Amino acid sequence: MSGNAAIGEAAIRAGCQCYFGYPITPQNELTEYMAQNLSRRKGCTFIQAESEISAINMVYGASVAGVRAMTSSSSPGISLKQEGISYLAACELPAVIVNMSRGGPGLGSISAAQSDYYQSTRGGGHGDYRTIVLAPSSVQELADFTHRAFELSDQYLVPVIILGDGMIGQMMEPVEFKHEAPAELPIRERALRGAKGRNSRIIKTFTSNPAELEEINWSLFRRYQLIEKEETTSESYLTEDAKLILVAFGIGARIAKGAIKTARANGMKVGLFRPITLWPFPTKKLQELAKTTKFFLDFEMNMGQMVDDVHLALGDKANISFYGRPGGVIATPAEVLRVITRLYHQKGLDTKK
Amino acid sequence: MKTVYNRPKSLKKRVFHYCPGCGHSIAHRLICEVIDEMGIQDKTVGIPPPGCAVFAYHYFDVDMAESAHGRGAAVGTGLKRANPEAIVFTYQGDGDLAAIGTAETIHAANRGEKLTAIFINNAVYGMTGGQMAPTTLSQMVTTTTPYGRDEKLEGYPIRISEMIALTKGAVYIERVAVNSPAHIIKAKKAIRKAFQVQVDGLGYALVEILSPCPTNWKMTPVESWKWVDEVMSKEFPLGVIKDTTGAKNVD
Ligand SMILES: Cc1ncc(C[n+]2csc(CCOP(=O)(O)OP(=O)(O)O)c2C)c(N)n1
Repeated sequence: MSGNAAIGEAAIRAGCQCYFGYPITPQNELTEYMAQNLSRRKGCTFIQAESEISAINMVYGASVAGVRAMTSSSSPGISLKQEGISYLAACELPAVIVNMSRGGPGLGSISAAQSDYYQSTRGGGHGDYRTIVLAPSSVQELADFTHRAFELSDQYLVPVIILGDGMIGQMMEPVEFKHEAPAELPIRERALRGAKGRNSRIIKTFTSNPAELEEINWSLFRRYQLIEKEETTSESYLTEDAKLILVAFGIGARIAKGAIKTARANGMKVGLFRPITLWPFPTKKLQELAKTTKFFLDFEMNMGQMVDDVHLALGDKANISFYGRPGGVIATPAEVLRVITRLYHQKGLDTKK
Repeated sequence: MKTVYNRPKSLKKRVFHYCPGCGHSIAHRLICEVIDEMGIQDKTVGIPPPGCAVFAYHYFDVDMAESAHGRGAAVGTGLKRANPEAIVFTYQGDGDLAAIGTAETIHAANRGEKLTAIFINNAVYGMTGGQMAPTTLSQMVTTTTPYGRDEKLEGYPIRISEMIALTKGAVYIERVAVNSPAHIIKAKKAIRKAFQVQVDGLGYALVEILSPCPTNWKMTPVESWKWVDEVMSKEFPLGVIKDTTGAKNVD
């Protein structure tokens, strides 16, 4: 199954009732999967919207109504959704947003890239907010993380971004769907469906009182702190005896893993640290690794975005190098291996005990 | 003694923040009267916009969800599709519906979304201080057309309701005004019909309300009411623009 289709199937199984999309490569298979499999399902809605702006605002409407809703796009379309994501965050409305990112800036290219790291992890739109960002690196993870995205979004009432890329979305891999939604999902408590048997309610962001807005921001911030504490996830691969640890996410981590395997076969003690939640960034785990390993190589398919978070986490406690390929160029494991090998020698890791 | 007027049940007991002579408060009251008469207060969800009506949720005693500027029709689409039993209305200004939200509006109408749109045409951007709106009349002075709207530079006042009427999904569109008792009675009838169209599941319905804005028109309320008749409704003629609700086959 393709990665994009796997997201669609996992979303339907997670009880996603509403999908709103707009065509853009490389995520069309997801929109098409939903057209095929969601649009005629009882109680479900599929709309090919007139723009990404409309699509995210339809998600907002469906979320106000208390049902699970999602949208997907790729980089340029995700830029258009940012206003809507900011409103969702402000109103504490759950939503799942998939970004199968592509090369930028501008129209860029349709090939896989990781240049939307900043946009995804720093809120993306206006205002002081965060979204949970999950970075899968296999089709299986796309399916698993889709389920998790709906759960997290409902639990914390924040929008969740699944940050993939053109390669992972379009590659075919076997996938197992491990999660089923309950036969009927409860309508969320704060939903607006008409004030039958209760007082009328308001969902809004605007206030003319800065003190009130400050209180809202404090409340969001406290929730973000809780998310940081409870939901930060990462993968450590062959890091225990590593003299050099690569830091990479998503498809980049997969390429890095290939390089690391060969490096190990060549006698180099190299490992991988892979942030799975890009926000919250797994700072503590990385700091733990820096107690035993001093050399880190951050690899990304951009000119250095996540590396900022690595620097923030490690400060001067480690030696941090960076290797990047921007613009939708896909680095090969052999290329990353060359960088590893050079660095390993340069830093004298092959001679040190 | 006979009671001839009461505060509608679905209008909260709160003092309006609107300027004297403004049409928004009349429109609010008419909508609330209709909601009461139709007995739909407990299943109505309203979508107010950024604009002078941003605080509409303080007045309507129904569930209300704020929309981003211009996105009411998209938000309404999501809400209504997710919960078809709800009666969903958008409340939008002319900047909101006819400029930034044109795409959302036209396409929601074209899909025949079962929504009721209340469209307040006051020929200016009220909330932001009286700038030019797409509906600003030719030669009209606003803060961003200080020399008067020049058609060659700033385009023509747009008849968005007529444009929306071209979509097959829009089944009922009428332009009314709230500048006189006679017009107000007609406006209420139109609003009632636009809600009934949704209750009957027929498609998209829109009522455009020519609404005086004495503050930004730099007029007294009385002058502004006259101006609606003498100037504004010449450009935006009152009446039914489209009604295919009775037709068996819309084509
Ligand atoms: C994206 C965005 N752009 C601009 C604004 C600022 N803004 C708020 S209301 C408004 C227009 C108000 O005019 P109109 O829709 O005609 O409603 P009125 O205030 O006249 O009732 C604008 C431009 C905004 N809130 N969001």
